[in-house]
Amino acid sequence: MVDQNGQKSPVASGYEAVIGLEVHAQLLTQSKMFCGCSARYADAAPNTLVCVVCGGFPGALPVLNQAAVEAAIVTGLALNCDIPRFSKLDRKNYFYPDLPKGYQISQYDMPLAVDGHLEFASGGQTRRARITRVHVEEDTGRLVHRTEANGSRVSLIDLNRSGVPLMEIVGEPDLRSPEEARDYLTALRQILRYIGVSTGNMEEGAFRCDANVSVRERGGPLGAKVEVKNMNSFRAVERALRFEQERQTEALQTGQRIEQETRGWIEDRGVTMSQRTKEQAHDYRYFPEPDLPPLIVSEETVSGLTSRLPEMPAQRRARFAQQYGLAESESMQLTAERTVADFFETVAQSDGVDRPSSAANWIVNDLTGLQRSRGLAPDRLPLSARQLQDLLDALEQSRVTVRAAKELLPQIREGEAVMMAAARLNLLVLDAAGEIRDAVVATIAAFPAAVADYQGGKHAAIGRLIGETMRRTDGRADPEEVRRVLEEELIRG
Amino acid sequence: MSNGAAEITALTAAEARRALDARELSAIELTRSYLARIDRLDDEIGAYLHVMRDVALSQAETADRRIAAGNSEPMTGIPVALKDVLCTIDAPTTAASRILEGFRPPYDATVVNRLRRQGAVFLGKANTDEFAMGSSNENSAFKPVRNPWHRDRVPGGSSGGPAAAVAAEMAMVSLGSDTGGSIRQPAGFCGVVGLKPTYGRVSRFGLLAFASSLDQIGPFARTVRDAAMVLQAIAGHDPFDATSSPEPSPDYSRALSGDIRGMKIGLAREYTADGMEDGVFAAFNSAIHRFRALGAEIVSIDLPHTEYALPTYYITAPAEASANLARYDGVKYGSVETASTLRETYARTRGKGFGPEVKRRIMLGTYALSSGYYDAYYIKAQKVRTLIKQDFDAAWSKVDAIVAPTSPTVAFPLGARTDDPYQMYLADVFTIPANMAGIPGVAVPCGFSEELPVSLQVLGPAFAEATILRIADAYERTESWAARRPQIAAAG
Repeated sequence: MVDQNGQKSPVASGYEAVIGLEVHAQLLTQSKMFCGCSARYADAAPNTLVCVVCGGFPGALPVLNQAAVEAAIVTGLALNCDIPRFSKLDRKNYFYPDLPKGYQISQYDMPLAVDGHLEFASGGQTRRARITRVHVEEDTGRLVHRTEANGSRVSLIDLNRSGVPLMEIVGEPDLRSPEEARDYLTALRQILRYIGVSTGNMEEGAFRCDANVSVRERGGPLGAKVEVKNMNSFRAVERALRFEQERQTEALQTGQRIEQETRGWIEDRGVTMSQRTKEQAHDYRYFPEPDLPPLIVSEETVSGLTSRLPEMPAQRRARFAQQYGLAESESMQLTAERTVADFFETVAQSDGVDRPSSAANWIVNDLTGLQRSRGLAPDRLPLSARQLQDLLDALEQSRVTVRAAKELLPQIREGEAVMMAAARLNLLVLDAAGEIRDAVVATIAAFPAAVADYQGGKHAAIGRLIGETMRRTDGRADPEEVRRVLEEELIRG
Repeated sequence: MSNGAAEITALTAAEARRALDARELSAIELTRSYLARIDRLDDEIGAYLHVMRDVALSQAETADRRIAAGNSEPMTGIPVALKDVLCTIDAPTTAASRILEGFRPPYDATVVNRLRRQGAVFLGKANTDEFAMGSSNENSAFKPVRNPWHRDRVPGGSSGGPAAAVAAEMAMVSLGSDTGGSIRQPAGFCGVVGLKPTYGRVSRFGLLAFASSLDQIGPFARTVRDAAMVLQAIAGHDPFDATSSPEPSPDYSRALSGDIRGMKIGLAREYTADGMEDGVFAAFNSAIHRFRALGAEIVSIDLPHTEYALPTYYITAPAEASANLARYDGVKYGSVETASTLRETYARTRGKGFGPEVKRRIMLGTYALSSGYYDAYYIKAQKVRTLIKQDFDAAWSKVDAIVAPTSPTVAFPLGARTDDPYQMYLADVFTIPANMAGIPGVAVPCGFSEELPVSLQVLGPAFAEATILRIADAYERTESWAARRPQIAAAG
């Protein structure tokens, strides 16, 4: 792998970072990993989505959520992984109050998916990073630390999140710069959203990233690995990695040894701090979960899930550019979200003149701006594909002017027919045979002097008549059309 | 015979079923007789940790109405004792541990639910070794159980309470759990029938886990027929237990034909350990003659890895237990010893809440799973476990079932082995292999030695409960061991 980070890195050029990312993504299932409790805990009052299973009560047993297993396999397939026939779940043992059983059900040595790769764009090139594995596990509860009115400090436990399905995606240390790590994460998140297994929302904790980073002399042996945790945004990942890269490089340059340890990112101070050293590392005492039989993943299951895979973002981007003749930046923007790409293709394939380029223009120039100003999520457009189609139809049929269409766009209501909206807002182009002619006739009757001037050879007098007619139509008439009808009527008269 | 109540409590469940349905006996009468006997005798025996008097009387009334309406099921009105590792929504569930003192579960175990729906009467929660860890019931944090046949002897364990309750006629039948012999061994020591079903035959949902890959719930009864009836009520697939089998349960009572002619019964030389008492050996040998007399063919077989079952068990079971008992941390339920730090709170809660044997096994298991030892202990034990299973698989190509002594000794004196865990562990040397292989086994009385019951166990292939019950029943019909009852007098 070649360093992608030549240009503006403050890091001495003799050293390079070696980065591998571990991503935890919450799976978008209805129920939790091992019980029937709802997994949608975002707006629930504390401890209202808890049963004896996810509450770790004596005697309770887990039952595996098939949907979670399938989501992880689909992810593995989307990341070009092999899906082993045989997989199993394991217990990871440690004590913490947010872990009600005293162990987390996870997967240790036989994950659901192995040996894949992810292709992503970075620094103007296509890069490839290997994926080590994809496995499922259960989320923990949440601790809320707070100070009571009387000054005592308490820790409260909310088990609503306990047992929510998680998937861990472990990448090989194939990334060479913080920018590359960010681009890898962006591409990975995009895929998870494309296949519909996770919201990928980092701020809400549905998408979490830990990083393993070491620095070495370019081409030299690997350095000691530092694990960085507690990064809550893409920007935080990039910043933390840059900090760590610089810290380790400086240490190496001054002859210090890098210690293998876990460090936490302190967002407001912009630094990483040591959390625990190798000696303090947990021994999780993994062993096979005896309450759940091993998983046999049949060939039919895999081929069934493969056939359900949508086209991946990178392929779609390339196809859009080629099939619809779009610019690279346009097809990048249009494929960032699956719903947007689907929207584009629906409109692009509708009957009309040069639909792909007009659909792309309207989405990229107008709809995304409106989306931003309305604070909509990136996958939610302010218009339906049908509405944009109708608007394009209206333009092609000259029923609205381009100017009117731009004015109309933000005012179309949800589910409203575009022509109805245009009529409601008085933005329709006037019908030449009807209203324009009536206005022209009325103008001719009202301004006999101007008419006489025109008919006497002063053709410039028509300007006055056009202006008057436009005034009578509240400016909705096409001025060229008004001139044409006027000339007709003046000649006739 | 003079005491009417004693007469009633001496009935088998099958006899009671007939009498209840014939309206010769009411469930309330039956229940009151048992409660009276518990009041009179249990201070001596210690079989119960919690008597569910009000629940039982209310269930009995409901049962009588149901019987009157002609809607009775096999367990309607039958008084049952439940080992205190089974969750009950209307009674504390403690696993005989301080750490769960006063804990009341918010749900019923599946087996409890099934009995409840059939209209069974719950007499109470029966004593056990703490978290089912032990072979003498001396590890109960609250009180030991005494053997109804001899008050200075142990009842066996860990299901000492359920076994003693049935032997002392303080319950008609009971439920226990068997991880390494915890049903069969106390059944043997107390002279009653005890059945460990195939792993997966009975749901474990709501059973406080000791070793999840070995635990199995099963019945105690005074006859094989009664045990079959209880098994029928609790067996079958449970969507809440992923290890429960979808295999349908046959009609176990119909299998009890009394005819075992032509059946091949295996006899393994490995089950004649050095420590076997002469009295046990003699009783077992005469039982073998009885099987021949019944027309069965006795076939010698080899189970070469038997000697490794015990050490393998004492790695596997503690390893699983070390994780299963991690949830008892004082945070969510049970007793807690609060300290200034989280770590200290854990240490004090668990230090005070668990007894010495539970701590010993948590430490054994933690060690066996630790980095650097895992392969040498846990992984190796799993490989040996496969070999033990293969021994049995090979045997089933030659025989229909295997008979062996349930335990090498009769009930030993209280306190005799408490200072020597290894001697205590040897009490389960004949019962552990069936758990390691996941196969069913039923213990039936086969005589007496030193005025104490001797027992044999019939082991069968997975899901062949009908076969082993048929053999045990045929044997039981020809012998009258069950007719002999312990003489218990209330103290003072």
